[in-house]
Amino acid sequence: MKISLHVWRQKSATSSGGMVPYEVDGVSEDMSFLEMLDMLNEQLIVQGKEPIAFDHDCREGICGTCSLMINGVAHGPDGGTTTCQLHMRSFKDGDAIHIEPWRSVAFPVVRDLVVDRSSFDRIIQSGGFISINAGAAQDANNLPIPKHSSDLSMDAAACIGCGACVASCPNGSAMLFVAAKIGHLAHVPQGQPERAKRARDMVAQMDAEGFGACSNHYECEAVCPKDIPVNFISEMNKDFMKASLCGDS
Amino acid sequence: MAFQLDSKIPEGPLADKWTEHRFHMKLVNPANKRKFRIIVIGSGLAGGAAASSLGELGYNVDCFCFQDSSRRAHSIAAQGGINAAKNYPNDGDSVRRLFYDTIKGGDYRAREANVYRLAEVANSIIDQCVAQGVPFAREYGGLLDNRSFGGAQVSRTFYARGQTGQQLLIGAYQSLQRQVAKGTVNMHVRTEMLDIVKVDGHAKGIIVRDLVSGEIRRHAADAVLICSGGYGNVFYLSTNAMGSNVTAALRAFKRGAGFANPCFTQIHPTCIPVSSEHQSKLTLMSESLRNDGRVWVPKKAGDDRAPRDIPENERDYYLERRYPSFGNLVPRDVASRAAKERCDAGFGVGSTKLAVYLDFADAINRLGEDTVRARYGNLFQMYEKITAENPYKTPMRIYPAVHYTMGGLWVDYNLQTTVPGLFALGEANFSDHGANRLGASALMQGLADGYFVAPYTVGNYLAEHGSLDAEGKVTTDHAAFDEVEKEVQDRLDRLMAVQGERSVDSFHKELGLIMWDNCGMGRTKEGLEKALREIPKLREEFWKNVRIPGDATSFNPELEKAARVADFLEFGEIMCHDALTREESCGGHFREEHQTEEGEALRRDDEFAYAAVWEYMGEGKAPEMSKEILEFKNVKLTTRSYK
Repeated sequence: MKISLHVWRQKSATSSGGMVPYEVDGVSEDMSFLEMLDMLNEQLIVQGKEPIAFDHDCREGICGTCSLMINGVAHGPDGGTTTCQLHMRSFKDGDAIHIEPWRSVAFPVVRDLVVDRSSFDRIIQSGGFISINAGAAQDANNLPIPKHSSDLSMDAAACIGCGACVASCPNGSAMLFVAAKIGHLAHVPQGQPERAKRARDMVAQMDAEGFGACSNHYECEAVCPKDIPVNFISEMNKDFMKASLCGDS
Repeated sequence: MAFQLDSKIPEGPLADKWTEHRFHMKLVNPANKRKFRIIVIGSGLAGGAAASSLGELGYNVDCFCFQDSSRRAHSIAAQGGINAAKNYPNDGDSVRRLFYDTIKGGDYRAREANVYRLAEVANSIIDQCVAQGVPFAREYGGLLDNRSFGGAQVSRTFYARGQTGQQLLIGAYQSLQRQVAKGTVNMHVRTEMLDIVKVDGHAKGIIVRDLVSGEIRRHAADAVLICSGGYGNVFYLSTNAMGSNVTAALRAFKRGAGFANPCFTQIHPTCIPVSSEHQSKLTLMSESLRNDGRVWVPKKAGDDRAPRDIPENERDYYLERRYPSFGNLVPRDVASRAAKERCDAGFGVGSTKLAVYLDFADAINRLGEDTVRARYGNLFQMYEKITAENPYKTPMRIYPAVHYTMGGLWVDYNLQTTVPGLFALGEANFSDHGANRLGASALMQGLADGYFVAPYTVGNYLAEHGSLDAEGKVTTDHAAFDEVEKEVQDRLDRLMAVQGERSVDSFHKELGLIMWDNCGMGRTKEGLEKALREIPKLREEFWKNVRIPGDATSFNPELEKAARVADFLEFGEIMCHDALTREESCGGHFREEHQTEEGEALRRDDEFAYAAVWEYMGEGKAPEMSKEILEFKNVKLTTRSYK
């Protein structure tokens, strides 16, 4: 296959960027999308040009490092998948593909397609944990948890923190991410003592980072590589409202 | 100069060693803990757990990772589960049995005392993780579910769907971020450790590169913990993340830390086969698939028929044939070698003929497609995404791939390397898995070291050797930092100055092929000697002909890769030396000269029941080996038989 690419190039956080066209030939359908970019980078290096910087690490859809807006869709055209798991068989010979970084005030561009997502870490620091020190735990089976609750907790905990939800939201909202983190701990008994405080503090930090609010577009759910449902957002809103009205009790 | 290896195994009965040792270790007064600073390199299960636990105790911690967040370390990719001898299913498990299975599974090349401690603290890990909110799988009654996992005859594996690693890492990450908020841990993301600084023989700091700004920085501390994972990427193609590297461990080695058993690598039997030369990484399919999948190849070599057209009596279920009692559940090393044997003999399937079938047709007939989907749905989906084949209809094609490295920095019972004040935890050390790691034991070891071992033993070191007053502390103004920083800078300058013709990846791929062909699943004297001739040549070419675009003073992923590949080019040679010296077959190390008539591994306990500890002898010199003789007082060395 021969593919025409238009890729966002930006030298650094402070410089301005723009779309640059490239042609890649000899793309096979068994290649992953990132292997296609590897091939382009190999060509650029041999030609003495600077390769395109993009984030990636595990290349098996779990570490949450890879990103990319592909033809305007976070993680590309296949549903429920990360960019690293997207394969070129989802495209055809002669296709033009536009590749951009995640765009959000809270995700400044580092270089080309690489962005800084440390705002997510700071949201976790504000309360996305259970306060337990190593060594303080009781026997694990002393705390039976209904399977249904545990499964719901797991549904939320599947979030890989990639930021696709933010990139796809017209408001640049991180509410699906924050709701998933809150939902993970809200559905198990261990998470109850700090539940109200957690919701209040994490939402406050999310706002402080410059993420927008949710106005029910549900673009986040559509692109989430782990299919995390927006129900968790309404649960978070409930926890937040309750905490705002009733305090930490 | 050979190492004087003191493993510091405590006296007394096996089951009492750790308790006794903890009592005898010195403690740091709570008010004094804040006077110490500890560096942790890596934020996976070992590093994340150690950094958070040390922070909780009140130490000041600087934790470093090359990823953009501490939540992304490659521990995250572990699928199957984590072992512990809780014996919740009442099926005969015990700490002693977990110890026994682990040491036997490691083909008797691990230290008894360490393995026993691992089995002993494993139960606390499960408790700790549940308390953190890790959503392990549960029964309808609300209690934790267990499953069996390759190589074990009891159900002792705890799991969270197909993403146990991610859930355990999120637990450790959340604890770590809690300490960051409290100010006990400084997290340095996108920062790579490039060397260790020693003062008076003790590890006192590191030199790092800020991967965004390119700035070289110094960090001083009272102790340094290397938790940087394994070196499987020396093979280029592996199941490791693209960034996984040997740099921290190799730098430690070059500063005097012994490297033990570098040739012990685990080749995982169930991975998606290589499809083309552009392949950048291999994907593991969880070992749990072998609980219900049957492995086979055609009986006729070169049989090109579609798998469903090959009748039952023309299929060779070779694992069931060779190992009737364990069948498809034989340990990883055995299953991998058996697949290689069939493919080498011409019975492989698929376009490359380097694959075997993993077939679920019988399981689907027996259990129904819905049950199979409930058990393995996410794995089947992942397989289909990568290969565009539907495993409910046609058998999966699988082939072994490099997955884990049992070798690592030599550590004593306290997880301290041969350099005082320098510790190694998790996959980065050599300690617990011998020559072969059992499934669901990597997560267990990383968290055991991080939550429950290092917090005690590092404290003991600080109580014995640490300085409480500011005058006794080494600061980054010390001349040793000037010297090491200059070496780091010179090396980066040299890399940038080459400006040759070839990309970093092209060298990495070539090294990977040399390693896979000669130091992979089957190793021979001839092949290893060939690799030892080829690697230095490739290294020489690398330093003359690599091309790194951009500059060293800004974000430059090609420079990061180049520095890592330069280190792999040194490390590959050490692996081959080790494999050449170990004239036996054990676990993941199969020397073709040493096999039984039936093609099984032939261990030689009389000569090789030791850990081979390699020492850096200087630039251009071959490393030298010292031996830690392994003593087995609690288990009888038997030939592993899975027949």
